[in-house]
Amino acid sequence: MNYFQLFDLPEQFELDLAELGSRYLALQKRFHPDNYAAGSERDRLLAVQQTANINDAYHSLKHPLLRAEHMLALRGIKLSNEQRSFTDPAFLMQQMELREQLAELATVVDPEQALYDIEQELQQQRKALLRALHQALASGTAAQDQLAAELVRKLKFFYKLQQELELIEQQLQD
Amino acid sequence: MAYSNKVIDHYENPRNVGSFAKDDPSVATGMVGAPACGDVMKLQIKVNEQGVIEDAKFKTYGCGSAIASSSLVTEWVKGKTLDEAQQIKNTDIAQELALPPVKIHCSILAEDAIKAAIADYKQKRGG
Repeated sequence: MNYFQLFDLPEQFELDLAELGSRYLALQKRFHPDNYAAGSERDRLLAVQQTANINDAYHSLKHPLLRAEHMLALRGIKLSNEQRSFTDPAFLMQQMELREQLAELATVVDPEQALYDIEQELQQQRKALLRALHQALASGTAAQDQLAAELVRKLKFFYKLQQELELIEQQLQD
Repeated sequence: MAYSNKVIDHYENPRNVGSFAKDDPSVATGMVGAPACGDVMKLQIKVNEQGVIEDAKFKTYGCGSAIASSSLVTEWVKGKTLDEAQQIKNTDIAQELALPPVKIHCSILAEDAIKAAIADYKQKRGG
């Protein structure tokens, strides 16, 4: 299913989240089970199914990584549940170092400052990758789609790092 | 999800955690990652002149199954030749640790890590 078509939105990475939100609410209202209370059982089932589709679509389009994955899936590149190992040594070395910095946060003199510094760096790297992803997806060639897939894989590591960072932030506050 | 006793044992007492000096010519490094869960695994081997793995170390940021899989592999490769180590299969790791289907990718990661380390060694030695 093409989630962009469901929301009647152009199939592109750049997305107005406010527009997505208002279309989501309008669609939900239209397919609300109450509207089909007097309809046939088949109509009621279809409305329930459509509501589920609308929720899935909204969830996928809202998050930039899932949106990129959906766009690539529409172009024949399936990334979700991918089991292949990622093997770019330089990138992984950098990930390892960032993980080490996070692990050592609790022992540094000024953990809050160190946390802030790492957060800034993560944000910067994420932004640069998202910009490159935007460009690659806009091109639409097979080679650029493969590059986009590689960028999505890299971004997944950075989102994971962000989660780890937020966990540590909470621990520091407690 | 319940971990098997062997996973818990390796997770609580991981074998061979750490790093070798990267500039040591007898040391090779394999780095792999799993985008789906964000796990990162580094596996290093120290190889003698006869092509036998004398020692191995690992560092893994990931779930218990990923840590256990890499810990187990460092135990297994010690004393093996590079060719023997190359034969280690993810299914053997998964079976030994009784990994559930959703954690099979952790054993794949460990197999890929040892293969990457062997490839790095061969490249360092000029093929």
